[in-house]
Amino acid sequence: MTEHNMALAQLEQGEKTIIEFNDVNKWYGDFHVLKNINFSVKSGERIVVCGPSGSGKSTMTRCINRLEEHQKGEIIVDGITMNDNLKNIEAIRKDVGMVFQHFNLFPHLTILENLTLAPIWVRKTPKKEAEEIAMHYLERVKIANQAAKFPGQLSGGQQQRVAIARGLCMKPRIMLFDEPTSALDPEMIKEVLDVMVQLAEEGMTMICVTHEMGFAKTVADRVVFMDAGEIVEANEPHEFFNNPQHDRTQNFLSQILNH
Amino acid sequence: MAIIFKPSPSLPPPVNSVGAVAWIKQNLLSSPLNVFLTLFSAYILYLLLPPMIQWGIIDATISGDTKSACTGGGACWTFIKVRFDQFMYGLYPPEEYWRVNLALVLLIINTGLFFVKSLNKMIVSLSIVLVYPIVAFTLFSGGIFGLEHVETSLWGGLFLTMLLGIIGIVASFPLGVLLALGRRSDMPIAKSVCVVFIETIRAVPLITIMFMASVMIPLFLPEGLNFNKLLRILIGITLFSAAYMAEVIRGGLQAIPKGQYEAADAMGLTYWQSMILVILPQALKLVIPGIVNTFIGLFKDTTLVYIVGMFDFLGIIQLANHDANWLGTTVEGYAFAGFVYWAFCFGMSRYSMAIERKLETGHKRN
Repeated sequence: MTEHNMALAQLEQGEKTIIEFNDVNKWYGDFHVLKNINFSVKSGERIVVCGPSGSGKSTMTRCINRLEEHQKGEIIVDGITMNDNLKNIEAIRKDVGMVFQHFNLFPHLTILENLTLAPIWVRKTPKKEAEEIAMHYLERVKIANQAAKFPGQLSGGQQQRVAIARGLCMKPRIMLFDEPTSALDPEMIKEVLDVMVQLAEEGMTMICVTHEMGFAKTVADRVVFMDAGEIVEANEPHEFFNNPQHDRTQNFLSQILNH
Repeated sequence: MAIIFKPSPSLPPPVNSVGAVAWIKQNLLSSPLNVFLTLFSAYILYLLLPPMIQWGIIDATISGDTKSACTGGGACWTFIKVRFDQFMYGLYPPEEYWRVNLALVLLIINTGLFFVKSLNKMIVSLSIVLVYPIVAFTLFSGGIFGLEHVETSLWGGLFLTMLLGIIGIVASFPLGVLLALGRRSDMPIAKSVCVVFIETIRAVPLITIMFMASVMIPLFLPEGLNFNKLLRILIGITLFSAAYMAEVIRGGLQAIPKGQYEAADAMGLTYWQSMILVILPQALKLVIPGIVNTFIGLFKDTTLVYIVGMFDFLGIIQLANHDANWLGTTVEGYAFAGFVYWAFCFGMSRYSMAIERKLETGHKRN
């Protein structure tokens, strides 16, 4: 393939919509937590979602792999419409990796076993091959020497890097990050962000709920600001930070940037 | 220029904080109350131990074959010695004892295979759960391969106690897991069936269930369709402890953080995969003390089969106590029974602690 063709292929891929939210609504009991969310993500796009707590940003992200169920509207992930069909949900989850605020590594398994579990049981990869893939990603997050340890023996930053590697082992098309650095000591935030920046540079489609505005500025293609269950505004980072359209956004930015 | 930080070297702890003297100081004499308790316990031991040793060892008799051999004034262990076979096998025909012994040896060998590294654990488990029971039942009951048939009503003694205990434990555990999962399930029918079962069984005493199994069920079954009393009792015991087991395991399931369920879901694991690979290994480990508690309870509850006319270990000892030739040996019988039950239950408790230590993976929150 010539360089030109490759660029074209990348461009085509970049044009393809991989996540689509159409008028998505969700309630917790009477509480209307997501209100008419319309939003789409193209393949390879890096989205940072921010907003005050309780604004629905985590909930929206968790709707993408059905950790939360939406009650109205339509979510299409990688061409598959999200509904009650377990087959669809499993197909989507295979292609969507997720990193949680509290890592959620499996404490009874070693680091290596944490990474090979899903490839072996969900993708049916042979154990040996799964272990090779796992070691490859552990090396990428610079933690390969800890493969035989248990999660409880690692620091928070190390655990979160393992969690990222665990997500990548399934070779996902999309990675979701739900406040990946919020539970970390300040000293460890950078090591996790470095891994995420590297991932972004390789063209992974990423949706990242975070308060790390430095990360948003350097990595994001678009920053989405949510409040009270709605998307208030979404823009490319330079415009978003320097020229926010809504007063709510201005207010939020002044709260988190000036101190 | 920056000053280079170099951590100070680690020093050994002060001498008087380790060793036997320090242990005594710390554990026996740390406060006035502790000193008092230590002295008080020592006094109680002083009161109890010498007479027990005098009775049980120094003045005891073990020689001879009849009551008249016991002249020392202490314990008459002759009684236990003479009746030992009966205590072990009940009324099982003595010339067939080897069948029970062989089954026990096979069980020990089969269990031992777990520790052979080159063997697949799955195959060993299957052989214990599927193959071994058939072999053991054939040996116990006979009737084929030229083995003489032995009625289950003749099975007794420690043999019967272990049979009830082991089968009860092995069968009630998986049933308890299923009931616990069912009770937490989102499926309304599965959930209500499990809730009704657990709550009904827990609301009824074990004795009632045994009477049901031995007396009532034959009345309800049509003429000619009847099955073995021992089997009915076994099913009763199993269902009873499964209900308790289910609640213990449910406690463990509830203690697993929501994030573990979510992480398993997010990976695309199915419900059963996430339960078997992620949730249950953690939940069961958390409730090992409770599970073993239920096992020990079950093992001791098997003594209740005495009520429905079966002679388990305790039952056969009680029966022997009524023997006119051995009047006055009740204490020896009960002491022996107490010691054997204690040995089994203490063994189970120690074993469970060893498992807990083995499964420790450094995430324990103290």
